[in-house]
Amino acid sequence: MATKTKTTKKRKPKEQLDGAQAMIKTLADLGVEYVFGYSGGAALPIFDALETVKSDIKFVLTRHEQGACHMADGYARATGKPAVVLVTSGPGAGNTITGIMTAQMDSIPMIIITGQQVTWMLGKDAFQEADIFGITIPVVKHNYLVRETNDLPRITREAFHIATTGRPGPVLIDVPKDISQSPFTGDMNAEIDLPGYNPEASYEIDDQDIEDAALIINAAKRPLILAGHGAMISGAEMELMELATRLNCPVTSTLLGKGVFPETHELALGMLGMHGTAYANKAVCECDLIINIGSRFDDRIIGKAEEFGKNAKIVHFDIDPSEMNKMITPDVQVIGDAKAALKKLLKKVDSLETTSWLEKLDGYKKKFPLSYAKQGGLRMQKVLDEFYELTNGEAIVTTDVGQHQMWAAQFYKNSESFKWISSGGAGTMGFGFPAAIGAQFACPDETVIAVCGDGGFQMTLCEIATACIHKLPVKILVLNNHYLGMVRQWQEMFFDNRESGVDLEGNPDFVKLAEAYGCKGINIKRPADVRKKLQEALAYNDGPVLINAECVKTDLVFPMIPAGAALEDMLTERPKHKMAKPIGST
Amino acid sequence: MATKRKITTADKKPAPRPDLIGGHTLSMYVNNEPGVLMRICQVFARRAYNIDSLVVSQGRDPRFSRLTLGISGDPAGLSQIIMQCTKLIDVIHCFEHMPQDAVVRELAMIKVMVKGGEKRTEVLQIVEHFGGKTVDLTESSIIVRIEGASDKVDAAMRLLVTYDIVETVRTGKVVMARGEGIT
Repeated sequence: MATKTKTTKKRKPKEQLDGAQAMIKTLADLGVEYVFGYSGGAALPIFDALETVKSDIKFVLTRHEQGACHMADGYARATGKPAVVLVTSGPGAGNTITGIMTAQMDSIPMIIITGQQVTWMLGKDAFQEADIFGITIPVVKHNYLVRETNDLPRITREAFHIATTGRPGPVLIDVPKDISQSPFTGDMNAEIDLPGYNPEASYEIDDQDIEDAALIINAAKRPLILAGHGAMISGAEMELMELATRLNCPVTSTLLGKGVFPETHELALGMLGMHGTAYANKAVCECDLIINIGSRFDDRIIGKAEEFGKNAKIVHFDIDPSEMNKMITPDVQVIGDAKAALKKLLKKVDSLETTSWLEKLDGYKKKFPLSYAKQGGLRMQKVLDEFYELTNGEAIVTTDVGQHQMWAAQFYKNSESFKWISSGGAGTMGFGFPAAIGAQFACPDETVIAVCGDGGFQMTLCEIATACIHKLPVKILVLNNHYLGMVRQWQEMFFDNRESGVDLEGNPDFVKLAEAYGCKGINIKRPADVRKKLQEALAYNDGPVLINAECVKTDLVFPMIPAGAALEDMLTERPKHKMAKPIGST
Repeated sequence: MATKRKITTADKKPAPRPDLIGGHTLSMYVNNEPGVLMRICQVFARRAYNIDSLVVSQGRDPRFSRLTLGISGDPAGLSQIIMQCTKLIDVIHCFEHMPQDAVVRELAMIKVMVKGGEKRTEVLQIVEHFGGKTVDLTESSIIVRIEGASDKVDAAMRLLVTYDIVETVRTGKVVMARGEGIT
C-alpha cells in the first residue's frame, strides 16, 4: 500500500491536450475575455478545460442560456468585440435560439459553443440530443458540427473570422462530447480555409460607383443622410461627420445607428421611422436625396416601400450585396465597408447650399418637437428625460422592446457609438437586462442603465442573481405600467380598444423581488420624486439597483406611422377617429 | 477564387425566356460538406421558391460540389435569392444561366407497357427519332432513355404519353456555360 502514491500518475503526459483544451487555448489566443454560459453533461469536457487551461478567460455562469446569449450580445455591442457563449446540448442549446436570432438580425458578432451527444449517438434520439446545427441554420451567419478533434482550433479560428469580419454575425460550433474529450494531435495553428468567404473584398470600393454617387450628391438641393448600424460597425463616425458638415446635410439615424452621429448636433434629426421624430420623417418625405450609410432599409423605417423617399434619389452604401434592391431600389449602390467608401466619396463631393432646406427642417423641429404631458401621473418619458439629464447622455443604455424602448430612443439622445444597445431587428423582449450585464462586464467604469418594461424584464429577471454575484452596478429601470403597453396601444388604436392578452395582472412587487436576490430596490411613484430617486440609484455602486417606476398605464407612443403606411401618414397625437387595421406589415 | 458577383440593375429584369421545366437555371459551386444543401434549400423555401430540379455531384476538385437547380417562382425576387445564396459561407459562387449562353442537358428514362408488336414498333420509332436508346426490353415493357435539352425530352414525352407509360424518371437538367463563361 505504501507504493500507492508512487503509482498515481498524471492522467495524461505533459503537453497532451484534449480537443476541449485545444479549443479553449485557441479562444485565449484569439483574445476572448468573457465566456457566458450554463454547464451540462455534453459540455463537461469544455467546462473542465476552462479550469485546466491557463488563460485570462473569465467564465460567467448565468441563470438561463438565453441570458448568456444576450450578455454576450451586450458585451459585443458595447465593445465591438465578440464574446463566447458556452452551453450544453439539447435544451441548453435550444434555449440560445432567441439570443442567436437577436444577434443575427442586428449583425452582432458572437461565438456560440454547444456541447453535443457523442458522434455515434447522433440521429438516434439520445439523451439531450438535438440537431442544433440544423435548427440554427436560419439564424446564424454560419455554423459547424465538428467531426474531427484535430479540426477544433481551425474551426474556432474560422468561426471568429466569420463572426467579426464583413457584416458581423453569430457563428455556432456544435462539439460532440467524444470530439472534445479525445486527444488532440493536430496543428494548433492550422490555417483557416474558407474559399467561399472573402470579406477583404469589401475594402475595395468600385471607383465608378463612387463617381456615380458623387454626381448625384453634388447635384442635390435637399439631401438627407440616413446613418445605420453599418456605419457604426465600420467605425465611420469621423467620415460621417465630415460628410454631413461639408454637405450641410441633416442626418437621421436608425434605431441601431443611434449615436454614430451625435444626436445633439444641430444637423441631427434623431431617429426616423415608425416612432421616429416627426421632423426626420418629414425630411424623408421632402428630401431630394437620401444617402443611406449602412442601414438595411428595415420595414420599420421605410413604411410603405413604394412611397419611401419617392421624391428622392437614393444612394445606398452597404457591405452586404444582398441588401441592395431588397427593400428599396437605389439609384446608386456602393458595396463595401462604409468607412472605406466614405473616405473615397469625400474626395469627390463639395459643399452644398442647403440653408433653406435646413431652415425648413428647423421649422418642423419647432412645430413637432418630441414632448409629453407633464400632468396626469408619472410618465415613462419623464423618467427617461431625467435619466438623460442626470447622466449627461453619457450612460450606456440598453432596452427591451416596446413603448419604453421607443421613448428611450426618443428621449435618451446618444452622442457616441456603442452606447445604445437595443434589439432592433428581432425585437426581443427580455433582451435589455442581460445585455446590460454584458455591457457592464465590458465597461466596468461606465454607467449602464437597463431600461425595461415590466413584461420584458420578467422574461430574464433571473439574471439579477448574476448581476448580484458579480456586484455589477447596473441600474435596472423597470418602467412599470402593468401592461404590454405597445400591444395595448395597437389594440386601442386599431382593434376598438379591445384588450386581449396584454394585462400583466399578477406582477410581483419588484422591489421586494430585487431584495430577495440581495439587490437594492427603489420605488418611484410620483413625478416629483423622480430626480431624487434616480440620483440615489446613480450614487449606489455596490451592486445592481432596481428602480420600479409606477407609470401611467395607458399612455401612447407618438409620433407613429402605422405599419405599412407611408411616412406621410404619420400621427403625432391620439387619433380622433377609428383607424383601419394595418395590413402592410406587422 | 471567384469573387462574389455584384448585382446590377440588369439582373432585376426578368429572365428572357423561361425554358420548359421551371423558369430559371442556376448553377452553384459549393463546399462538399454535409449540411450545405440544407442551407441552400432554406434560402429558397423561405422565399416561396420551388426547386423543380436539382442535380448535385462532386466537382473535379473533391472539396467542392456542383449544383444545378431548376427554379420556378417570381423572377423579380430571383436576383435577391442569388445574392442570398452567394452570401452563404459554403457557396463559392452562384450564377443564373440564360439558355443562349449555356448548354443545358438532361436525361429521362421512361417505362412503357407494350402489349403487342405494333405498339412496340411505334414506341421504338419515336425513340429512334429522338435519338434515344432502348435500355430494357421485356415481353410486356420497354424502358427507353432520352437525353438532350429539356425541351427535346419534353417533346418525346408528349408523344409517348399516348402510350401506357407507367414510370418516368428525369435527372433534372445539368448546365454548363458556353465558351469561356464560368459555370
